[in-house]
Amino acid sequence: MAASDARLTGAGLTLAYDRRTVASGLDVAIPDGSFTVIVGPNACGKSTLLRALARILKPAAGTIVLDGEPIAGWPAKRLARTLGLLPQSSIAPEGITVADLVARGRYPHQGLLRQWSREDERVVRESMAATGVADLADRTVDELSGGQRQRVWIAMALAQETPILLLDEPTTYLDIAHQMEVLDLCARLHEEGRTIVAVLHDLNHAARYATHMIAMRRGSVVAEGAPGDVVTAGLVERVFGLPCTVIPCPETGSPLVVPSARGRTAVPG
Amino acid sequence: MSRSSVLRTPLLSLRFQPRAVAVSALCALVAAGLAVALIGSGDFPMSPADVIRTLAGQGTPADSLIVNEIRLPRAATALAVGAALGLAGAVFQSLTRNELGSPDVLGFTSGASTGVLTAIVLFGGGTAAASAGAVAGGVATGALIFLVAGRDGLHGQRLILVGVGFTAILTGVNGYLLTKAEIVDAARAVLWLTGSLDGRDFGDSGPLLIALAVLGPLIMIGCGRAVRMLEMGDDAAHGLGVPIERVRTLLLAAAVLLTAFAAAAAGPVAFVALTAPQVARRLTRAHGPNLLPAACTGAALLVAADWIAQHAFGDRGLPVGVVTGLVGGGYLVWLLVTQRKTGRI
Ligand SMILES: Nc1ncnc2c1ncn2[C@@H]1O[C@H](COP(=O)(O)OP(=O)(O)OP(=O)(O)O)[C@@H](O)[C@H]1O
Ligand SMILES: [Mg+2]
Repeated sequence: MAASDARLTGAGLTLAYDRRTVASGLDVAIPDGSFTVIVGPNACGKSTLLRALARILKPAAGTIVLDGEPIAGWPAKRLARTLGLLPQSSIAPEGITVADLVARGRYPHQGLLRQWSREDERVVRESMAATGVADLADRTVDELSGGQRQRVWIAMALAQETPILLLDEPTTYLDIAHQMEVLDLCARLHEEGRTIVAVLHDLNHAARYATHMIAMRRGSVVAEGAPGDVVTAGLVERVFGLPCTVIPCPETGSPLVVPSARGRTAVPG
Repeated sequence: MSRSSVLRTPLLSLRFQPRAVAVSALCALVAAGLAVALIGSGDFPMSPADVIRTLAGQGTPADSLIVNEIRLPRAATALAVGAALGLAGAVFQSLTRNELGSPDVLGFTSGASTGVLTAIVLFGGGTAAASAGAVAGGVATGALIFLVAGRDGLHGQRLILVGVGFTAILTGVNGYLLTKAEIVDAARAVLWLTGSLDGRDFGDSGPLLIALAVLGPLIMIGCGRAVRMLEMGDDAAHGLGVPIERVRTLLLAAAVLLTAFAAAAAGPVAFVALTAPQVARRLTRAHGPNLLPAACTGAALLVAADWIAQHAFGDRGLPVGVVTGLVGGGYLVWLLVTQRKTGRI
């Protein structure tokens, strides 16, 4: 992937917490206007990478560049108007209502004298409608189910109205219908011109929705490219240690991973 | 949960919670009313109307002397100390995301006491030296605690644990200093350490009033919205464009300064910083830091405590810190009991 058509790139990244180095010499480029999906086993560093891309974690080495400028120099609010992150888990302040939480997504667009414009109101309403939480607006977040809560957080990220949106496992906690709904929503946002980067665990979802995939293992990128090139039986075996067969999806034609039955070796695909 | 309202003009849109504004106004009114009653009471009683007339500059020379020179400074000190402690407590509790995260628990109060004791016992200093000692002790303890807790530990449990540790150490140091003191110094020091408003004038509370005038707006207007964001966790706040390290360091420094100057003005008055934000929160029924309501509640609480201290125990009167300690400590126990029932502690 040529760096020229990527607004967001990281080069030579070393990502570490205190003493634990999660990744070193990592290069990534998020193609502009793509729906990029990052896959990889637990603890391989997906969330860490997203946090670094959102400047929450400062890389121990290497630089992340957004729109040609190192991300380290971006003013906080300007960055938050350009790039949004849905963390893997978040805390809702005690007793906050859904509408209030979603409204907080507007923070980077606000100021001391512009605390709640009609524009803010409209965007919050639309974000809640898009994620199907409008009916919950006056409920407190504490009393929602895990799936409802997840959709509220997505609504908050939407309300931020950023051209680049990083989503860390947006479909956790959701039932299959709501998973599809959220992914459809992401696809719609992507079609409207946003760049979406999502961490997903379901390879079939990834292959179906992504325009670009990045497979990670132990802190490095093992493969990247179109889903058809990335999701192969060999790669799944290599990255996840899971023997499987990959067949074309009867619905969309995208690769479909079928794990091998216990005790059988995979048919080479 | 209270609802918010919006005030809009073409250039400006302000969002506020009417109930929080009402609670703040009510507490401020109660505080002012109590202060007037307090000014009017004493060996030379005056009606509230006379007090207000005198405050407005229309009283007799005799009234003016008593009100403006003697009693107003004390009442103003009480109001300022209460507001400063309420505000600082709200900031600490919000940043640590813990109801117990108040300067009493975090060690700043003990640090201020150590400063006072050092000034009185080791240097034989007077009131001015004790005040300076309180500021120095509070600020130095703040710096030490932040150093030990580390940059990543400036929030949550870790700060509280470090603070509890420091409190224990400083309590030992304070006890040691007291045993070393001459009996006269020790008596003076103990009165200081209880927290007292007796004989306070603008010389004592001047620095606090200035600190409050500068840091109050800085905290409430400059950082108010960012504090709310921080309650969602660092990652989310950061993602929404809050420069978290800068905001947090600024807030902690401001809150430590307020606590230290309050201790310089009236001694380390116990538990107001712990209690005021909690009371404010229950009154406003709003989530979030409730900064202004906490400041107003703190002022009302302290003036009320001073009124009780002066009038409820016969002629002699008590240091205000005894009353706030009793009331605040009782409140803390009540908090722990009810929270245990709801399974939160
Ligand atoms: N705050 C932290 N402090 C120290 N180590 C951490 C921290 N967060 C993550 N790690 C470690 O970094 C490594 C990568 O974690 P990361 O959260 O990026 O994994 P992940 O790929 O997102 O996994 P998952 O699929 O389970 O979400 C893990 O070994 C983890 O233990
Ligand atoms: Mg993760």
